[in-house]
Amino acid sequence: MKAPAKQLSDRIAVGALGLSVVVIVAILLVIIGNIAIHGARTVTWEFITQPPRDGLMAGGIFPAIVGTAALVILMSVAAVPLGVATAIYLHEYTPAEGYSLAWRRFRLSKGRAGRKRLFFRAMSALLANVTRSAVANLAGVPSIVFGLFGLGFFIQFIGRAIDRATQPPGEVVWGQGSLLWAAMTLALLTLPTVIVATEEALRTIPQDLREASLALGATQWETIRRVVLPGALPGILTGAILGISRGAGEVAPILFTGAAYYLPFLPHRVTDQFMHLGYHVLILSTQSPDVEATKPLLYGTVFVLLALTFLLNLTGVILRARTHSRR
Amino acid sequence: MTPKIEVRDFNFFYGESKVLHSIELDIPEKQVTALIGPSGCGKSTFLRSINRMNDIIAGARAEGRIAIDGQDLYAPGVDVVSLRRRIGMVFQKSNPFPKSIYENIAYGLRIGGVKDRRVIDETVERSLRRAALWDEVKDRLGRSALALSGGQQQRLCIARALAVDPDVLLMDEPASALDPIATQKIEELVYELKNNYTIVIVTHNMQQAARVSDRTAFFMLGKLVEYNETRTIFMNPGQKLTEDYITGRFG
Repeated sequence: MKAPAKQLSDRIAVGALGLSVVVIVAILLVIIGNIAIHGARTVTWEFITQPPRDGLMAGGIFPAIVGTAALVILMSVAAVPLGVATAIYLHEYTPAEGYSLAWRRFRLSKGRAGRKRLFFRAMSALLANVTRSAVANLAGVPSIVFGLFGLGFFIQFIGRAIDRATQPPGEVVWGQGSLLWAAMTLALLTLPTVIVATEEALRTIPQDLREASLALGATQWETIRRVVLPGALPGILTGAILGISRGAGEVAPILFTGAAYYLPFLPHRVTDQFMHLGYHVLILSTQSPDVEATKPLLYGTVFVLLALTFLLNLTGVILRARTHSRR
Repeated sequence: MTPKIEVRDFNFFYGESKVLHSIELDIPEKQVTALIGPSGCGKSTFLRSINRMNDIIAGARAEGRIAIDGQDLYAPGVDVVSLRRRIGMVFQKSNPFPKSIYENIAYGLRIGGVKDRRVIDETVERSLRRAALWDEVKDRLGRSALALSGGQQQRLCIARALAVDPDVLLMDEPASALDPIATQKIEELVYELKNNYTIVIVTHNMQQAARVSDRTAFFMLGKLVEYNETRTIFMNPGQKLTEDYITGRFG
């Protein structure tokens, strides 16, 4: 009688798999529930429309909401076009056969016409390889390293150079932390997500459609613009939104590049510093003289940050669902 | 009679493997020429060489001459984009764009820079009529092309190819994925279209070649085995190989 033993192991497997799902969902529910219950009490109209008061011990988080929104918008403006363009180049313009094959073809082509073209093809494939691994490695870099890079590159290198060229000596406008440099740093962090998601979306467009367009006398760019991109757009947007919502909650990259502890005014230039929801959470939880007293504010801020991120993710999910139902 | 398409010592390679060996044939104007042969014999590759669709395949390389109206397609400096506007193509699997019926037909005009709404309207209607689809879709031109049946989609693709006013029409097994009734409609259409277009059609279906074509080329293992009037090929083939193939002894 083998069957009962087999059934038992089957049950154990299903049980173990099911249990892991239950654990995950439970953890998520506890976190969200905890924040929702505590946070909902704090989040009032005043809380989201007033600046902090009394050394961050009272008042609202309005400047942090505005700062986060401004940061996310600037970051998206930088990261999405650059990421989409990179992905289009990688997927549509570089040789599909890969570097090693392209190089082999070039080497075997000795003495034939069109050898120069094969050489450029191999070089283009090499460039694509390098770019792809750069993107993959970029995705694995810890976010604090992006923060340090932003400080060193954007602020101290580029910012100071702009100051030297445009400002009177001693005057610092660009060479300090600001909305602009924080957004650029975050954009770097978001780029890999946008690039990978866009390539994925481009891959879903059937080769048939590209051929149909080319056969009608369209150039490759016309084909991309009129056939490939419209079809891939929902997928690209979904990926971009998911990348952006990840970037929106990151604190490490903006620590040294422009986030402010407390500002009595809203940022109105890209060179201004800004308050940020995630950074505000960090400040409230580590710099408060009376942790118990700031706890409600902390919960409220986390609640708003989570709500904004969820909202972005939800938009992405809805977009994705709509594309699937259309097919 | 000068041929519409003239092929001389044409060879084709994918990487290091040679898939077409010294093809020579003349395709006359305003006739239907069928390309037949077992799978992998090179007939589709040859068809796709006529509008240089193989250019987009990695490692593909052509040698020799294919000329349309005396103009060598593979000469240096030939503009592939304008070349493809003169040579329409219909694919094995219908591939309408995920756009409206109207926009599918208008696509070729729009990329050709036509902006005049009236010209586009007229061309859409004329192309759909020529593809024998107008009566079925005239009330729903704004609807998605993907909602059409398989046979209608394929006729839409034919209409789309006709809209840019080519003089050669290449068809790569256009009916292989269709039911017999839709297939019959496509065949009637091919018969109709040869009054205005030079048609080259790849087919797996021997009866189809016999029904629609004026001339037939039999390919095997990348070589052109026999090329003649369709009647001669089917009634009195010159080669033993051809006879074996058309009588179904292999395939």
